[in-house]
Amino acid sequence: MRSKSASTFRRSIALHAVLVPLAIVWLFPIWMMVVFSTMPENAIFSPNIHLIPSNRFWENFLILQADTDFLRTIFVSVVVALVYTVLSVMLTSMAGWALARYSFAGKGLVLSIILGTLTLPYFVVVIPQFIMVARDFGLSNTWFALIVPPLFNSLGVLFMRQSFSMMPAELFDAARVEGVREWRIFLFVGMPLARPTLAALSIILFLASWNNYLWPLLINNRPDMMTAPVALGSLIGLTKVSWGGIMVGAVLLTAPMIAVFVLLQRHFIAGIAAGAVK
Amino acid sequence: MRMRTRAAYGFLAPYLLIFTTFWVWPIVFSFYLSFLATRTQPWRFNPAATWGRLVIDPAFLNALKNTLVILVIQVPVMIALATVLAVLLNSQLLRARGIMRFAFFAPVVVGEAAYAAVFRLMFNADFGIINKIITGLGLPPVAWFASPTAAMALIMMAVTWRWVGYNAIIILSGLQAIPQDVYEAATLDRVSKPRQFFFITLPLLRPIILFCVVLSIIGTMQLFAEPFLITNRGGPGQATETLGLFLYRQGFTVLNFGYASAVAYTIAALAILISLANLWLGRSAK
Repeated sequence: MRSKSASTFRRSIALHAVLVPLAIVWLFPIWMMVVFSTMPENAIFSPNIHLIPSNRFWENFLILQADTDFLRTIFVSVVVALVYTVLSVMLTSMAGWALARYSFAGKGLVLSIILGTLTLPYFVVVIPQFIMVARDFGLSNTWFALIVPPLFNSLGVLFMRQSFSMMPAELFDAARVEGVREWRIFLFVGMPLARPTLAALSIILFLASWNNYLWPLLINNRPDMMTAPVALGSLIGLTKVSWGGIMVGAVLLTAPMIAVFVLLQRHFIAGIAAGAVK
Repeated sequence: MRMRTRAAYGFLAPYLLIFTTFWVWPIVFSFYLSFLATRTQPWRFNPAATWGRLVIDPAFLNALKNTLVILVIQVPVMIALATVLAVLLNSQLLRARGIMRFAFFAPVVVGEAAYAAVFRLMFNADFGIINKIITGLGLPPVAWFASPTAAMALIMMAVTWRWVGYNAIIILSGLQAIPQDVYEAATLDRVSKPRQFFFITLPLLRPIILFCVVLSIIGTMQLFAEPFLITNRGGPGQATETLGLFLYRQGFTVLNFGYASAVAYTIAALAILISLANLWLGRSAK
């Protein structure tokens, strides 16, 4: 008995000897992001090592705001991510509902095409999307361009479909006998029952939109219609730029998502584990 | 019954409209584009300027080589690390479980622009904390942005930092689906913990690890933001230029849509082929 608890103790020591240093290494960049955002420029580029936050966050923010109207880009990012999430959740849950609860001609075909797109790199569609939206529609620098083309999402549909198909059919049949119309059954019976899935899906979609980089970089180049990651990325490429300011931008982009992650960890992990969005 | 069928199409219609406009049509159109010479107006059918150029263009071959190097080194390292992390994070003996999980999962929410900025400062050759630590240990400083090898290593470290937790979450969910009594029986039979890992855990996790491998292959084939932002457009020179970055330059800097479409289809074909090869290998291995 004693030897068993001794071996458990040894294994526990070994476990933490591996994980604790690794965890510190992994947390380090996020910690440094905070530290850099509070440091004056000459301290960031000095031979000394600074590991503790200083007190220049506000000054750095003002520099960032002067370099690029960062508050405006945050506003664009928030609006885009919110509208995108609502629209995408609606589209994917309606489609998931249709594929889970009805049988109709062409259902197998639709499902297999959606599955097929899972392995298809986004690059195959990005050039024609750009030609279509920017040149044919002439819609560069619009909300439409930021929100609508990225709406298609195959894993979200599969995720919602799985959730709806696990619900007992009697629930919906009872409503049908009462003469409730199909869209009301979806909206008032199906959707409320799918709440955990909807929460997980919404978080993942919001995060994907918030961090989306390539498409907003391509389609919007006017400063007042830039999203925050694109504005930040454009500063990184400059030679004479305030790095303290850039770091404030990085913190402002990251902190809300960290908060979401901490507060809604269970839904968040459920969404990723389902592979809801990649 | 007919009314219900009509309802089904109604529910599906908005999604299919977006799907057709922004995916199906572009897939077809970019295939067509990949045969057109688009540097001159009007666009003309000339596969030699796209597919023909592809096989002899040293810049493309360089990007292909860089991408494959990252694929061969970074993906296996990251998946192995994610598997080990998932097993360790799942351990009954783990203390401060919440903080531990936070440490590895938090990078998943950090956007590319934000983490690219931090990595650039941390790895700055003259003032970066990483080189200060390295020289503090008595070793020579590393030219992270000037040496081609070091720059590639930097990209791989950054991608691993960002994505290992994502894969660990998926593998951890697979671990938690393994019934506990399998391990209890093995422990009763005096099977050691390492043997339990190799002969019970790994075989049961194989499908989910393969899923992560395929996701990572597709992701690596499209790697763009890291070499764009961290090593400043694939630098030094074109030492970290990936296929994704090459496509971006051809498609959106030079506006050579036809050639870029041929590159896009090559990326897709390679991603699908390499994924299928992995699935096949993973299945046939006993």
